[in-house]
Amino acid sequence: MSDAVVTAPFERRKVPAEVRRRRFLVSVAEHSILIALALAFLAPVVFMTLTALMTSKQALSPELWPKTFEWGNFVEVFHKSPLLTWTLNTTIYAGLATLGVVVSSIPVAYALSRLRWKGRDAVFMVVLVALMLPPQVAVVPLYVMWAKIGLVGTLWPLIIPVWFGDAFAIFLLRQFFLTIPEEYLDAARVDGCGEFRILTTVVVRLAKPAIAAVALFSVLYCFNDFFLPLLYVGENQDNWVISIGLSQFRSLHQVQWNLVMAATILVMLPVLVLFFLAQRAFVEGVTLTGVKG
Amino acid sequence: MSPWLVGFCFFIGYPLVYSAYLSLHSYDLLSPPRWVGLANYRYLFQDDPEVGTAVRNTLWLIAIAVPLQVLFAFGIAVMVTRAKRGGGLFRTIFYLPALAPPVAAALGFVYLLNPATGPVNTVLGKLGIEGPLWFNDPGWSKPSLTLLGMWGVGTIFVIFLAAVLDVPKHLHESAELDGAGALRRLRYVTLPTISPVILFAVVLGVIQALQYFTQAYVAASIAAGQASQAGTVSTLEQGYPEGSTLFYPILLYYHGFRFFNMGYASAMAMLLLAVAFAVTLIIVRNSRRWVHYSGAVR
Repeated sequence: MSDAVVTAPFERRKVPAEVRRRRFLVSVAEHSILIALALAFLAPVVFMTLTALMTSKQALSPELWPKTFEWGNFVEVFHKSPLLTWTLNTTIYAGLATLGVVVSSIPVAYALSRLRWKGRDAVFMVVLVALMLPPQVAVVPLYVMWAKIGLVGTLWPLIIPVWFGDAFAIFLLRQFFLTIPEEYLDAARVDGCGEFRILTTVVVRLAKPAIAAVALFSVLYCFNDFFLPLLYVGENQDNWVISIGLSQFRSLHQVQWNLVMAATILVMLPVLVLFFLAQRAFVEGVTLTGVKG
Repeated sequence: MSPWLVGFCFFIGYPLVYSAYLSLHSYDLLSPPRWVGLANYRYLFQDDPEVGTAVRNTLWLIAIAVPLQVLFAFGIAVMVTRAKRGGGLFRTIFYLPALAPPVAAALGFVYLLNPATGPVNTVLGKLGIEGPLWFNDPGWSKPSLTLLGMWGVGTIFVIFLAAVLDVPKHLHESAELDGAGALRRLRYVTLPTISPVILFAVVLGVIQALQYFTQAYVAASIAAGQASQAGTVSTLEQGYPEGSTLFYPILLYYHGFRFFNMGYASAMAMLLLAVAFAVTLIIVRNSRRWVHYSGAVR
C-alpha cells in the first residue's frame, strides 16, 4: 500500500490525448487573451504618440496614421508653454519634499519600531489613521492656516508638512526596521553608541534599499500630485507644477491636440525612465508595503 | 526625535479638531468664524441638492468600479502566472500604466475617447460599430473613468501576482492528486490562500474611491471644453456632463476652495471622515468570515 504511494509519481499515467488537446487549447486561449490585453494596454500610448507626431490640422481629423512625422512638435511644446518653468517648480517641490520625507521619517520610524516608550502604540495608531485618511478631510484647516501665514500661492504648504514625517514612508520604513536583527543594535550599544548614532550609522546603512524605495515613491507622488498643488498654487501661474500646467495646457492651446499629446507624452517619459532605472527599488517598496507574509 | 513626533501628530490631529470646530461655524476666510450650530449639517443632510448626486456617484465607484478593477487585476494576475512564455514582458506591460501621472492619463483618455475624432471611435467605426459619446454622455462618463482606472490597475495587479506566486506548491499538488482541475484549484486553493490580499485590495480600492478626484476633475474640465483658467469659477464643468462625474471630494473642493464656504466644507469633511472610518471598519470586521490567515497570525 505504502509502496504504491511512494512509487506513484514515477509510473505516471499517460495523459489521454483528449485531455492533452483540451489543455493545449486552454493554454492557447489564455495566451491569446493575454496578448490581446497587452495590446490594449499599449494602444493608448501608441495612439497618443501617433497623434503627437501629426500636424495640428491632421490631429483634428479621425485619421490614425501621421501623414508626415512632425518631430518638431516636441520642441514646439517648450515654446508654446512654460513647460521648463513647470519642470523647475516640480523639481523644487519633489526635491525638497523628498529630502524632508527621508530625513524626518527615518527617526520617527526608528522610534516606532526599535525604541520602547510610553504612547508608542498610540502614535503608531495615528500613523495608521493618517495612512487611510482621505486628504480632503484635513485640508480645510490646513488651508486656513497657510492662508493666515500668507503662504498660499507658494510651494511651501506642499513641502513643509512632509518635513514632519509622511505616514506612508514611516509605515514602510518601520516594516523594514523591524526586520533588522536586534543583535546588531545591541552590539553597537555595547560599543557605546547612543541611539542617534546607531540610527545614523547602523540602521541607515542596513536600510538603504528601503530608504531608496521611500525616496522613489515620494518623488513619484510629488510628480503626480494634483489635488494639493491645485489648492495652493492653482491661482499663481508662476508656481505651477507640471501636473497643474498640463491640466491647463489644452485651455491654453485649444484645438492643438497634437501639442497636447506631445506634452502628455513628455510628462509620462520621466516616470518611464525612472522605472527602468530603479526597478529594484520599486519591487522592494511593493513587497514591503503590499501585505507581507 | 520628539520634535518630529509632535510635528507629525500636529499635522494630523490639529486639522481634525479644527475641522470639527469649523463645521459648526460659518466661515469664509475673511470675517471671523460665526457660530451656526448644526446648520451646516442640516443643509448637508436635507437641503443640498448636489450632495445626493455626489454620494450616488461615489457609491457607484465603490459598488461597480472597485470590484471590477479588483476582479480584473486578479484575473490577469492568475493568467500571467499560468503563462508559459513572456511572463516578464506581460508583467511590465500591465504594470507600467499605473505609473502614468493621473493628469496625463486622464488627458490621454479624453483624447482617445473623443466621440468625433478619437482613435477609439474611429476604430469602432471601421468595425461597423457606432461608438458612444464617452466622456460627453452622462451615462458613459463613469464607465469611461472606470476604463481609465482599469488601465492603471498595475499596482493591485503586482500585489496579486506576488500573492498568487506565493501560494505553497504542496497545496496545489495535493489538490491535484485528489483530482481537482485548474478551476477548482483556483477556487479552493488559490482563492482562500490569498484572501487577505484580496481584502487589502478591496480596502485600498474603497479608500481610493472615497478620495477620487484628479481623473474626474481633469476629464470633466477637458471634456467640457471650457477654456477656463484655474481659479475662475465655472459651474459648467462641475461634474460635466450633467453632474455625472460630480464625486463627493469634487463637491467638497468646490464648496471649500471655489466658493470659500469653509464651514460647510468642514462639515462635508467630517462626514467623509466618518464614512471612511466606518467603511474600513465594516470591511475589516466582516472579513473574518471569508478571509483566511494561515497559522495563528493575527
